[in-house]
Amino acid sequence: MAWAIYISFAGALISALLPKAKPEVLRWWALAVAVAGLAIAIGGFAAGMGQGRHVFVDVLWVPSMGIHYLLAADGISRVLVLLTGIAAVAGVLFSWNIEIRTNQFFAFYLALIGGVYGVFLSGDLFLLFVFYEIAIVPKYFLISIWGSTRREYAAMKLALYSFVGSAMVLIGLLAAYTTAGSHSTTLVDLSRASLPVSFQMWCFPLVFVGFAILAGMWPFHTWAPTGHVAAPTAASMLLAGVVMKLGAYGCLRVGIGLFPHGLDPWGFSFIGIGSWRDVFAWLAVIGIVYGALVALAQTDFKFVIGYSSVSHMGFVLLGLMTLNQIGLDGAVLQMFSHGVIAGLLFAIVGRIVYDRTHTRQFAELGPMHLSRRLPFAAWAFVFAGIASMGLPGFSGFVAELQVLVGAWQANPWWTIVSGIGIIVGVAYIWRALQKAFFTDALPIPHELESEHEHKFAPITWPEIAGVVLLGISTLVVGLYPRILLDSIEPAVKALLAGGAQ
Amino acid sequence: MNYAALFRATLPETALEVAALLVLVVDLGFLRKAALQIRTAVAAVIGIVGCIAAVWAVYAAGWAGFSAGSDLLLAAGGSAGVAQVAILVLTALTLLLLIDSSFTRNAGEYVSVVLMAAAGGLVISAAQDLLVIFVGLELLSLGLYILTAFNKQSGKSAEAAMKYYLFGAMSAAFLLFGFSYLYGLSGSTSLPEVVLGTYMASANGASPLLYIALVMIAAGLGFKIAAFPFHLWAPDTYEGAPAPAAAFIASVSKVASFALLISISHAILWFPAMLHMTGSHVTAWPMILMDLSVLSMVFGNLAALAQSSVRRLLAYSAIAHAGYILLGLAFFSWTNASAQAILYYSVTYGLTTIGAFGVVSVVERATGSDKLDAFLGLHKRNPLLAAVLLVLFLSLAGIPPLVGFWAKFNLFAAVLGLGYKMPLTSLPAEALTLVALAIAFSAVSLYYYLQVLKRAYVMPASDESPIRAHPVTLAVLLLIGAAVLVLGCFPTLLQNWIANFYPAM
Repeated sequence: MAWAIYISFAGALISALLPKAKPEVLRWWALAVAVAGLAIAIGGFAAGMGQGRHVFVDVLWVPSMGIHYLLAADGISRVLVLLTGIAAVAGVLFSWNIEIRTNQFFAFYLALIGGVYGVFLSGDLFLLFVFYEIAIVPKYFLISIWGSTRREYAAMKLALYSFVGSAMVLIGLLAAYTTAGSHSTTLVDLSRASLPVSFQMWCFPLVFVGFAILAGMWPFHTWAPTGHVAAPTAASMLLAGVVMKLGAYGCLRVGIGLFPHGLDPWGFSFIGIGSWRDVFAWLAVIGIVYGALVALAQTDFKFVIGYSSVSHMGFVLLGLMTLNQIGLDGAVLQMFSHGVIAGLLFAIVGRIVYDRTHTRQFAELGPMHLSRRLPFAAWAFVFAGIASMGLPGFSGFVAELQVLVGAWQANPWWTIVSGIGIIVGVAYIWRALQKAFFTDALPIPHELESEHEHKFAPITWPEIAGVVLLGISTLVVGLYPRILLDSIEPAVKALLAGGAQ
Repeated sequence: MNYAALFRATLPETALEVAALLVLVVDLGFLRKAALQIRTAVAAVIGIVGCIAAVWAVYAAGWAGFSAGSDLLLAAGGSAGVAQVAILVLTALTLLLLIDSSFTRNAGEYVSVVLMAAAGGLVISAAQDLLVIFVGLELLSLGLYILTAFNKQSGKSAEAAMKYYLFGAMSAAFLLFGFSYLYGLSGSTSLPEVVLGTYMASANGASPLLYIALVMIAAGLGFKIAAFPFHLWAPDTYEGAPAPAAAFIASVSKVASFALLISISHAILWFPAMLHMTGSHVTAWPMILMDLSVLSMVFGNLAALAQSSVRRLLAYSAIAHAGYILLGLAFFSWTNASAQAILYYSVTYGLTTIGAFGVVSVVERATGSDKLDAFLGLHKRNPLLAAVLLVLFLSLAGIPPLVGFWAKFNLFAAVLGLGYKMPLTSLPAEALTLVALAIAFSAVSLYYYLQVLKRAYVMPASDESPIRAHPVTLAVLLLIGAAVLVLGCFPTLLQNWIANFYPAM
């Protein structure tokens, strides 16, 4: 699976060198690279089924510091690598219309993908950090060059939020390494180092928040909606689909894996909050409800999806804080599920609809009667919306149910309050569906005429392929969740049993 | 005094001086009628050959050093060796950048002054005696004043040189004053003996004279490395000096000065540690450096945010980088880890800065300005140049896997005392706080580096005519960019090279 990383970076380099005058060649090249990555991810996932942790490469990278170039995968990594593969292919398909500076676009795009693969496969703390930082820079350029609405502002905001987050992580990592006193930075060795509880108590929140900034934890989520809205479609798909998972994965692997005692009770409680676990769980719950409520009030279609991401990522963080098997299973599954569904939603809003209507405002989309004029988009959005609401049969249902069950076992109030978020979640999807596609207003005759004059461009094959790929992913996992859970469960069990295995 | 030994120890400096004279002879004697371009190229090539010969001489000189009587005057090997080779390589790179420039008609003089200043740099990286240090510093500094003023058509160049000279003279006075107190306290000019002597003198409570002397020396050397509050010359000099000269000042002079600071810190810490004693300067000197470090980091990074000229931006970022390195010096340890981390940082920083100034000078020649807006649309006007700029600036911001990340990482690890074989008993809280501050400010620094990259890559260009760079310049810049990337992906290459310069302990 390590080849997924190398292929992506090599693809990025070659893409940068290819002439920009031939976007067609570049698209096929990027698609080939992404598909190769997906094939490796599927292959690795299938081969690793039912197996534990597998180490691909382990060489000393910086001997004086004990830093290893260690690539390994366990069940959690395999699922997320698979998600990255799917999102990468779908992203290329939905950026088929990039005509300006195509070579640079795909170079940054593939570099980002390579960094993401690297994070999910790193078995060494500093290697993970290196890949994590590699992923920051391409995001900035993808948004600021090819984005829309206030793109430079949004890109800079995102880059600085990410960099501040990673600075916090770096401080925590250096402190942990210093304290551990072991001469190795692999996750396994560090988790065995039995760091003092008092140290974990202050280092855990530092590292956790550092990663959670990228996972969109309230109140550090503000980069997410602006970033998602400004980004070009493929980049918002990756941002919501994969990059936010980097943060959540870091929280899980590094935060909880290395500092399990950071979640212990403080020994006193203040208005019912007695540990970092309570603090972050409540922040996650607030994120769920807040994201959903704000999504309900948006007039911009893409902002609805942007805030829904904040809400759904809240479930991931809540699942992490349950610290029980079912909750963590749900959290990892939710990462996959949200990655696919958010990708689908952003693709429909940002690419299929926006490229034809050139607006994302509900007030302007309404009179266009898109359900009749773009039936494919409308029904794809119905499908994705239902998946996003968490109806049975889709991946979101299984994931959120598990998180909520896990949360109930930990603290029933978390479940009860996040239930509000789910209800509002139905409402904002419904509202968006109605306002954008299925308006009540009957078309006025002269509008009908103008519709004939301004026919929207037909749906292209990459769009259909992308929607089908993402749709099938969520449906398969929704109907047969064991396909992923069989891989996730043992890994989570091992993580809960002894830090990072 | 053994003159044969002296000759052997100063072989690298001699090689440079010979090359400097040769440049003058060839340029003024044989090439008076030749075209300027040829004269520049010949002068630069002779200078580079001189640098290569000097590198060979550093290796050939062995690890002996030079002593007069029992006092070591010039060290060899270790940090001195690393710094000397680095100085020579960086000097050669700045000479390569000269080939494309046209700010002066006196290329021969320029090259020979560069070589003499570099010889001064070699002296101070090895110097172990107060007088030798001072002579070397003056040799380096006088060269730099001249280089700054070398663009005779530019008023800015003259103004910058004047400022630089006045500040430099003042700081040299401070330094000499501090040295004289040290001599008075210890009765010796040899670094180890000075440390021992001042310790003996302050056995019954520290003499205030010692503190005054240390503060004076910090002021004098703080000027060389442009640490706040002795930085005032830096922005003007970086802006006014001709680009190759600015690159020389920003890289070679920095590497040499930090090598000198390593020698001083080493002497202060090493001998008391050997004898199991703690003198008052063991606590006072790091304290002073720590203050300078924090002030430089905060001021440099915040001031850089407000700059509109890329050269000034580089100057303020240089102040910030000096702050990070000073942090390493403040928490200097008597194992080699600190010295190696500081050298790694200053060498890679020097390399990156030369590249940055190279790009700036190419853009400047094409657009006539070094303002941020001169970089608009650079990716269209010259994609290779823009790619090099991207790599170099991200490296300066400390983004992995570029070399700047490892420089910062090694330095902070050394500050925290990582990489020692012995386990630490407790977490160094003070060091960790300062490292956290440094990391936080390097997050700030990303903002201003991105300001430049944003113009090169994101914002629409007002003028899309291609920018042409001289093939040699472009090759050098690509080489530097590739080095920054490769050394970052394989951080052990440079680390091992530096570590191998240290005699086995």
